[in-house]
Amino acid sequence: MPKIIPDNSVGIVTPQTCRFMEPLPLVCGKTLREYELVYETYGELNAARTNAVLICHALSGNHHAAGYHSEKDKKAGWWDTCIGPGKPIDTKRFFVVCLNNLGGCHGSTGPKSINPETGNLYGPDFPIVTVKDWVDSQARLADVLGIQKWAAVVGGSLGGMQALRWSLDYPERVANALVIASTPKLTAQNIAFNEIARKAITSDPDFHGGRYYQHNTVPAKGLMLARMIGHITYLSTEALGEKFGRDLKLPAFNFGYEIEFEVESYLHYQGERFSRSFDANTYLLMTRALDYFDPAADFGGSLPDALARAQCRYLVVSFSTDWRFSPERSEELVEAMVKAGKEVTYVEIDAPHGHDAFLIPTPRYTAVFSAYMERIANALQEVR
Amino acid sequence: MRADLKVITPWVAPNSSVLDLGCGDGTLLAYLQEHKGVRGYGLEIGEEQITECIRKGVNVIQQDLDAKGLQNFADQQFDTVIMTQALQAVRRPDVMLDEMLRLGRQGIVTFPNFGHWRCRFYLILRGMMPMSKTLPYRWYDTPNIHLCTFKDFEALCREKNIRILSREVVDADFEQSSFARMWPNLLAEFAVYRIGRK
Repeated sequence: MPKIIPDNSVGIVTPQTCRFMEPLPLVCGKTLREYELVYETYGELNAARTNAVLICHALSGNHHAAGYHSEKDKKAGWWDTCIGPGKPIDTKRFFVVCLNNLGGCHGSTGPKSINPETGNLYGPDFPIVTVKDWVDSQARLADVLGIQKWAAVVGGSLGGMQALRWSLDYPERVANALVIASTPKLTAQNIAFNEIARKAITSDPDFHGGRYYQHNTVPAKGLMLARMIGHITYLSTEALGEKFGRDLKLPAFNFGYEIEFEVESYLHYQGERFSRSFDANTYLLMTRALDYFDPAADFGGSLPDALARAQCRYLVVSFSTDWRFSPERSEELVEAMVKAGKEVTYVEIDAPHGHDAFLIPTPRYTAVFSAYMERIANALQEVR
Repeated sequence: MRADLKVITPWVAPNSSVLDLGCGDGTLLAYLQEHKGVRGYGLEIGEEQITECIRKGVNVIQQDLDAKGLQNFADQQFDTVIMTQALQAVRRPDVMLDEMLRLGRQGIVTFPNFGHWRCRFYLILRGMMPMSKTLPYRWYDTPNIHLCTFKDFEALCREKNIRILSREVVDADFEQSSFARMWPNLLAEFAVYRIGRK
């Protein structure tokens, strides 16, 4: 618990909920008749409404990106290191919006919500939403908040895909897109990892075809396994090695199959904690949204053609030890942006943490991120 | 204003596209963006310089020319490809010149003249690899692994059928001096070449 909330924190924040009664047609062909989005905002929207920044969350993220919900809160929001007064996304200059995506399990309409058509929980009947659907729903939230154009749409990993999608689907509504530790599409290896995670969940006897709520149970073991495999892919060999090496919990081998290595203990702890706080159906849905993402697909596989519509400036950032979405994937994206003649800056940050590096404020990452955001803020002031 | 900008700027057409190889802190591109309305990218690997480019609003792409090459850019994608004070530091300057003219309709190159009289005298009198204000490194730690004289460069251009469209020779402060023009290969410290395909 933070005894005193630090000066560079946005402080205590309260989530808000917005209800949408206009049906949302989805890529899968189904329609969400009505839905709610829960979101948080930090900083002040300026009079011209030009300083708004949208934060898009990744697989396990939510609307709580920065600050604390109460003084008793043990942990700040998931991207508190980058959002706050004087931080890269400086809340003294920007009005920051972060929402929980549709299909999520932290307040926005998702599998844990009541299906208005049946009066029961959606569960596995919640339609599969894609990155494009998220962006459409986010655009409606922007309308409600009176934001015609984002100064920046920012996201890491799956969040970066949303930032990219924004620039293609609403080109006139995005001034800058920051695509961090992301990729224009998953590789077969990425999809394979996701499939293992899904299989872990769906083969848990407590899964009950996704209707575990009715059975008063949760597929905790499956979700834990899914998180364990995912977690490894977010970390680099170096990061795991540095943190645990081959350290044992006991003084010597036990010659059995219980937890003996520190790394095993850590994975179990992470998996268990996650399985208590996350919804298995949401996990399935989010991994599918990752798999399906491929904006070039509608353009015969040509990413430059897909990018032709974009009007924004891009910042693309990758991390040297990220093997989940490696620098090569970001370079592929940058190459396409250059081919399409788009304004793009690309930086590969040398960081040992693997994919998770996008959440860690290493000095160079912070410097680059801050410099780019500062440039945006300064440009806004010149216009005014 | 950085001295070499004075020579380079008139050679870049207004509202054209530019690729700056080894763009440093982005001074040249920022200047060309502001005064000539050019669009373009700078390639750089220096971390501080990249951040400085971002501050200046220059599109900078982190890319190691020696390691990755320029395969990610398309033929004739740019009006002008510029390389200031870096040709002598790449692994294969000859390949780099080919690449510059593959990507751009014209190339602009600047490099220090190893045939300058000071270098010659240094070598003759001291018998050691020349060091000077413009070449401050020692032989073993210099990034300038392919130093050449104007004559060397022009011979390479002839060999490669590269046309020298313009040449400005300048002194150490990048001032155009009639003294340097008298006998460039001996008296000029730097040259700025504008090259194209025959």
